[in-house]
Amino acid sequence: MYLPQGDKRMIITPQLALRVAILGGIALVLFAVIFFRLWYLQVLSGDKYLAEANDNRVREVKVEAPRGRIVDRSGMLLVDNRTALVVQVLPERLPRDVERRGRVYRRLGHALNRSPKAIRRKIRREVKELPFSPVTLKTDVSLNTVLYLQENQIRFPGVEVERVFLRKYPHREIGAHLFGTIGEVTEKQLDQPRYSGVALGDRVGQSGIELQYDRYLRGLNGASRVQVDAMGRPKGELSVRDPEPGKRLRLSIDFDVQKTGQAALERYGLPGGFVAMDPRSGEVLGLGSNPGYDPNVFAKGVRASVYKRLQDPDNGAPLANRATQGLYPTGSTFKLITAAAALESGLITPATVLFDGGSLTVGGVTFKNAGNVSHGAVALPRALQVSSDVYFYRVGLMAEQRGGEVIQKWARRLGLGHATGIDLPGEGAGLVPTPEWRNRLFRRNLTDRPWTPGDNINLSVGQGDLQANPLQMAVAYSAVANGGRIVTPHIGMRVEDNDGRILQQIEPGARRRIDISGSTRAAIMQGLRAAANDAGGTSAAVFQGFPISVAGKTGTAERGAQGDQSWYVAAAPANDPRIVVATTIERGGFGAEAAAPATRRILAAYFGIKGKKAIGEAGSAPD
Amino acid sequence: MSQPSTPFGTGVQPFSEPRRRLLRLDLLVLLATLGLIAFSLVTLDTATATDVPGSPDYFVVRQALYAVVGLALMLVLASIDYSRFRELRVGLYASMLGLIMLVLAVAGATRGSRRWIEVSFFRFQPSELGKVLLILALSAFIIDRLRKLSERETTSRIMLLALVPTLLVMAQPDLGTSIVYVTIALALLFVAGTKWTHFAALGAVAAAAAALVLVIAPAAGVPLLKDYQKDRLTAFLEKDNADPRSQGYQLNQAETAIGSGRKTGRGTERATQTRLDFLPESRTDFVFAAVGELYGFVGAGIVLSLYALLIWRSLRILTIAKNLYGALLAAGVGAMLMTQVFVNVGGNVGIMPITGIPLPLMSYGGSSVIVTLIALGILQSVYVQAKEAAASKSEVLA
Repeated sequence: MYLPQGDKRMIITPQLALRVAILGGIALVLFAVIFFRLWYLQVLSGDKYLAEANDNRVREVKVEAPRGRIVDRSGMLLVDNRTALVVQVLPERLPRDVERRGRVYRRLGHALNRSPKAIRRKIRREVKELPFSPVTLKTDVSLNTVLYLQENQIRFPGVEVERVFLRKYPHREIGAHLFGTIGEVTEKQLDQPRYSGVALGDRVGQSGIELQYDRYLRGLNGASRVQVDAMGRPKGELSVRDPEPGKRLRLSIDFDVQKTGQAALERYGLPGGFVAMDPRSGEVLGLGSNPGYDPNVFAKGVRASVYKRLQDPDNGAPLANRATQGLYPTGSTFKLITAAAALESGLITPATVLFDGGSLTVGGVTFKNAGNVSHGAVALPRALQVSSDVYFYRVGLMAEQRGGEVIQKWARRLGLGHATGIDLPGEGAGLVPTPEWRNRLFRRNLTDRPWTPGDNINLSVGQGDLQANPLQMAVAYSAVANGGRIVTPHIGMRVEDNDGRILQQIEPGARRRIDISGSTRAAIMQGLRAAANDAGGTSAAVFQGFPISVAGKTGTAERGAQGDQSWYVAAAPANDPRIVVATTIERGGFGAEAAAPATRRILAAYFGIKGKKAIGEAGSAPD
Repeated sequence: MSQPSTPFGTGVQPFSEPRRRLLRLDLLVLLATLGLIAFSLVTLDTATATDVPGSPDYFVVRQALYAVVGLALMLVLASIDYSRFRELRVGLYASMLGLIMLVLAVAGATRGSRRWIEVSFFRFQPSELGKVLLILALSAFIIDRLRKLSERETTSRIMLLALVPTLLVMAQPDLGTSIVYVTIALALLFVAGTKWTHFAALGAVAAAAAALVLVIAPAAGVPLLKDYQKDRLTAFLEKDNADPRSQGYQLNQAETAIGSGRKTGRGTERATQTRLDFLPESRTDFVFAAVGELYGFVGAGIVLSLYALLIWRSLRILTIAKNLYGALLAAGVGAMLMTQVFVNVGGNVGIMPITGIPLPLMSYGGSSVIVTLIALGILQSVYVQAKEAAASKSEVLA
């Protein structure tokens, strides 16, 4: 059966010995190679690999610090925090295989009630912008969802649940235009020194007070070094750095004034804005815009459709802050500025009498009083009281004839035509029209005509090209009321720790002083006071029965197709003003019809006046 | 004493009549075998502690059971005369092909490749057993044509007989095991005395085949390798891949694990690469890396030395075998062990592509452990038969 050779006692031929030796030699060489490699890895580079292994197992997990709360001047909570759970995806930990990744997306879509396609799109978009950082898929998920994801972690590779702090606005739309929003820090911001200590993915204030005072409000995120396994599952904590919560910010806002102001505007259902400010210090007591919105919609990332609606002009553009961003002619409320300019430049004295025959014709154009009334011969206080347009037309004409643009100069001096410097980002600068400005436009064919004396006449009563907002008017009235200090309006009052101890008083920007003589101030205040108190005053009817003496000026800005815009600026008490309120209501009609009654309510809230005395009847006086 | 004995005096006592009935095993091979099994169990104890929640000993207990079964089979094989397998060469070869094809035909897809047959409690991997069957059958076929060994036809026939199962295994696809099949065939031919020119020709054919698989076919739009196989082949060239699922990343983790063990290892508690699963497949393909991390250069060196001992003994047993069949069997077993050790460890330390080949006796897995012990049983049988033949001869002479 067997071939003889097979069963034969084997003889070791030299050839076989050679071949066995060769096999042994090969084995020896292979083992030597492996040994040398091991020597290199373990003995020569061991320390390096040990360090790598130690790095491997440690992951720094951010522990978010809660942002500081924001309170009003009496300590009432305006902006709070709440915790929410967010589902995040670490893109680099997702399965690389397209099919397996698709399955994870499908499961995620099912768990989060989103379409897998939307999830894929979102991850792809965010990875393009910020590779290697987690993509937040859904904020504020239910605990049930979180438990489901965690129990099935193995089926959701790369998916994480994190606890974050979200802003909560207990009073909903009250103060909405002040607070602003929070969002992830941008790469541009990270380059700025004010964001030192902020890491990619941290959330910082992106607008409003949250942006302005971000360095106080944002805390210092903590970190815990966690030992993780290859799947990223935590296996134990190695060290913790506790987060430092943000500081508490106390605003100068008076909650009652703020709430009343917003409610007063809302009653009319028209767009508008108001500012209430302490004329002595520039502390803003209330600042609001109508229509309002509930900032809670921004807390967990706003949907594009909602955001669009909040910006839509057809919807009243609720996001616009008309108190600081509005660009309106101010109507007769501007007369305070014209008066101050004329008195201080010597065009008139408080006793200068000018004749108001109901209209003034200059260069073939007739400028009429509102309501076509004639006030006869009037001096300045009376002209302010009854809001004689012709009186101020004449002053405007005189200023034009004298030259030197005194009205424009004083308008700018009193705070118009440039930002006030309020600690609320995004305020508008407005425009004080000058011959130079209009002629430049004309040269560039951007307007149909060059500057004419009529432009100055229009400006003297706050019509024409003038653009200003309630905040700027409040600053101008404050300057007259306080005898010449141009305050920088400010909302932030001080930084406190969470027990209310003062850490830092917020200093508003430098105040400018301008020279306004006592007689000028007296004449203007006399006129404003008469306007709100004495018979024939444009807002006397509105403030009838109001226990505090008010000095105020109505305004009706003619805006062509957009109708008459109602304005009112008041200072109270008239003899020593502690509050200045500027209110404007688009399409509200005469100043006495809408803005003045709204202002009465705001003043009532400030002075603690309740009941019927807080509410004035709408007047009908044209101005 | 006229009795030939190993330099280590492995306990053959020709004149001791009462001990003749006892198995005269090669004690060095036995020592290395038991040593590797022990090392495997200790390593798996750490590497698999968290793999099955609730039962940290799941894999250790199973591996121990496989080892017991394998050791029993080893003793059985050691006690019978291997020469009788020559008679069964056709049956052995046919059953090898049958088992491998059975896998292709019925086994469910596991991780994209079909290598197992499910037998209730046990997943049996025929390509593992195929290695031993191939050694037994191919050695017999070579001896059949021993006188025509210098003919080209013999070499091509033998290679063809080897290539049929090789290609079937490759189709499973199990690239690593098919490499073992080829090296076994080459080693058997080499020891049998095939001409150098034939090897040169085989080398040329192999080079042409490699070119076809790696370059020409993909260029012609017919990819013969699966993507993950290509990844594995090229991964050791690009270790900086940050993707945790890529082969390059895994290899990086393996090197980190081995390197971090330094001279004496990190110990079971602090071996984070292994314990926290940064090291992939730490109980199978990368068990050597786990040894490197746990026990350092010393531990890895001991494991390698045990393999070196086995391979040296197989070459030694080759030379003392009582017949050429035994010599070829010893050569085949030695080649099988050497290939698996070098390919697996080479992959772990980053000097070879990762081919998913188990480290004999160390990697977790019933098929691999039991088949390796069967192969060692055959090696022991060659040794026992050689010793008994020598003993009877000296008795006759005496």
